[in-house]
Amino acid sequence: MSKVRVLAGTRKGAFILTSDGKREKWDVSGPHFAGWEMYHLKGSPVDPNRIYASQTSGWFGQIIQRSDDGGKTWHQPGTPPGETTGPGGTPKGESNKFKYDASPETGKPLTTHQWYDGTQHPWEFKRVWHIEPSLTDADTVYAGVEDAALFRSTDGGKNWSELSGLRGHGTGPKWQPGAGGMCLHTIILDPKDPGRIYIAISAAGAFRTDDGGNTWKPINQGLRSQYIPDPKAEVGHCVHHIAMNPSRPGVLFMQKHWDVMRSDDAGDNWREISGNLPTDFGFVIDVHAHEPETIYVIPIKSDGEHYVHEGKLRVYRSRSGGNEWEPLTKGLPQENCYVNVLRDAMAVDSLDECGIYFGTTGGQVYASNDAGDSWNPIVRDLPAVLSVEVQTLA
Amino acid sequence: MIRVILPPHLRTLANVGSEVSLEVAAPITIASILDALEDTYPMLRGTIRDHDTLRRRAFLRFFACEEDWSHEPTDKTLPDTVASGKEPFLVVGAIAGG
Repeated sequence: MSKVRVLAGTRKGAFILTSDGKREKWDVSGPHFAGWEMYHLKGSPVDPNRIYASQTSGWFGQIIQRSDDGGKTWHQPGTPPGETTGPGGTPKGESNKFKYDASPETGKPLTTHQWYDGTQHPWEFKRVWHIEPSLTDADTVYAGVEDAALFRSTDGGKNWSELSGLRGHGTGPKWQPGAGGMCLHTIILDPKDPGRIYIAISAAGAFRTDDGGNTWKPINQGLRSQYIPDPKAEVGHCVHHIAMNPSRPGVLFMQKHWDVMRSDDAGDNWREISGNLPTDFGFVIDVHAHEPETIYVIPIKSDGEHYVHEGKLRVYRSRSGGNEWEPLTKGLPQENCYVNVLRDAMAVDSLDECGIYFGTTGGQVYASNDAGDSWNPIVRDLPAVLSVEVQTLA
Repeated sequence: MIRVILPPHLRTLANVGSEVSLEVAAPITIASILDALEDTYPMLRGTIRDHDTLRRRAFLRFFACEEDWSHEPTDKTLPDTVASGKEPFLVVGAIAGG
């Protein structure tokens, strides 16, 4: 019987939630890495027991952790499980070295970006926001970092190299941090074209490579952002998240700072699909696993009030690819609710009856085993949830 | 032996107790202690000082003999009591945040 494994990253540790295919009863494991901010965990589609995790701290910096047994045990890549060294019998892994490309050949134009006061500011590594394992190789994994850049490891997370063509393509000096920092938070690998990758940065916008990461171009045509000097600028847009159904990799859905958007040509052009949403501000967006025109968002009141609208936690679903939205409320609190749902905190499984999952800043992780018609909390009282991913296991 | 006291999260990361002992070649300085610490516990690289610049991370402090050494040159010789192991060298996390 199929199983699902939900990976929840929180402000104070990671939690692993498992259930059978009915998705009614759950086992909760954690906290893993107690006390650390776990920005993101994601499993390899090639080897589901291979899970990568971003462990970070304002005090101690960035660490990459890896599990090869489905989250039971963890180690820093570079040390095989069980292998030890040193007088304390400790592992020797070192997996936290994210060094920007500063070589004369490829790193030359990559020295500064725009700062809050309009001056130029050097790139400074802070943390990994998003981890995206390769679709074809369990040892290859991408990391989106703050300050915005894309890194890749081909040895299971031990060593990381920047794909510097992204920062170096020309608009880098115009990128600027949003309130949460200048983060590369979305990485989408095209399942039909191994050379194509989409990424998104707050606040720069969306970008695409068609040659495996060597060269990049902004794909922000059609976005309008009233909060920047030129609302139609090539870059500078605060894209919050992008989602894609693997069966149609050229169709993208975007939750921007304000506005829900859609592209049918791999990001070359975007059009707004906010339609009848009560507010089109938000962070998460995702697509049904089997119905590529069914999409989900969770409207947030405004950029000044980061909680759900009218005190009601409502997932909005469109079965028409946007514009026409229905609120999904069964099982969700409909009064006195003031949580936020952060950009990487929604996921879908691929069981026949598609499961939808999201986590809140109030520490709840909700699951729907009927494509959003009804919801139940898997857990209610975790630390603030930063990210939610789900693995569908045979 | 040089005695080093680490903050709790780094003890967990390195799987050690509150205090570790290190062989460090003279002269005994902040830099030489951290070099030895990271050689013995490589998972701590980047957690106390930046990989590239080797600058102390902003929310960490260094103390020895009840004095704050955080802003002293990292190649300045530490007191003899640290070199002899009578007093520990402390890596302290700032008390801030939740």
